[in-house]
Amino acid sequence: MSDSQGMSIVVRVVTRWLLGLILIFGLAVALYGHLTPGGGFAGGTIVACGFVLAILAFGGSRGPGAFFTRWASALDAIGALAFLALAILGFTAGAFLQQWAARGDAFTLGSAPSIVLLNLAILLKVGAGLFAGFSAIALFEQTADPDTADSEKGADA
Amino acid sequence: MDFVLYGLTGFVILGSIAALEMKSLLSAVIAVGVVGLGLSIVFLLLGAPDIAITQVVVEVIVVTVLIRAASRVPAETAPLRTGRTRTLAGAGLALVAVGLLVAAFQTLPAFGTQRFAPALWYLEQATELTGAANVVTAILLDFRAYDTLGEATVILTAVVGALAVLRRPSRRKEKSHV
Repeated sequence: MSDSQGMSIVVRVVTRWLLGLILIFGLAVALYGHLTPGGGFAGGTIVACGFVLAILAFGGSRGPGAFFTRWASALDAIGALAFLALAILGFTAGAFLQQWAARGDAFTLGSAPSIVLLNLAILLKVGAGLFAGFSAIALFEQTADPDTADSEKGADA
Repeated sequence: MDFVLYGLTGFVILGSIAALEMKSLLSAVIAVGVVGLGLSIVFLLLGAPDIAITQVVVEVIVVTVLIRAASRVPAETAPLRTGRTRTLAGAGLALVAVGLLVAAFQTLPAFGTQRFAPALWYLEQATELTGAANVVTAILLDFRAYDTLGEATVILTAVVGALAVLRRPSRRKEKSHV
């Protein structure tokens, strides 16, 4: 099947060059979400797009996408728990979801550290979550073909 | 400016009609992509870059996933049942709906008028109170962070549900495949 070996050498080489840039761009969109348009959701989606590109280019079983596939659902849960932990940390400043970290100068990266951390948690959550959804669909289709009949028989019995 | 906006909105409406009427699933998915990208330009023109960015990237990943899924499904759809009564009834309903919508929109304030005092307070105070220069983020992750927490929960639940439904059929048997 064409999926297991990925796409042509042109696509694979270009993907190898671009993947790092895509991931850095997604990270930057999330990291500077409190200063410029963007944020954790947009950044996470860009990161997920990068890994989807890797899966499509290299195939499901090789490359950085395969590594991420294995960890996607765990990272998804870690992102959600990190968001919750940061929210609970707000109690140190008085209330749930209160900004707890000391704030730096306005219009700099450190102007709202709590928001930066929350954005990064959302990046992890959304990036891993969307990618987990994609890989579930892609790999489900990939493995369904040979053993659909087999597994259906098993389910009936 | 208004002209461009109306043109784009009409384009988006045409795209959604096309997505509904296309016979082939793949063409319908591409029409959905047209709708999303047109919508993101509308958001950009309305001065909402945050929403526009999110719309673009979500659209890209959704269309990729849908194309991937649609290319596997055999391209056959049930023939649409049509008849004169059906068509007439549909057209009549559409006319009534358009009339009601036009009547409803007459009562709304003009497009872009500033009516809400709380919004102004947020615009003035947000950067000073939260340290975030992007007011959208200040509201999402400070004033209305509970909403974002709920949103994250929704996504987590959706992913857990999708993974539960789409999990590999026989994971225990073919561990070597992973």
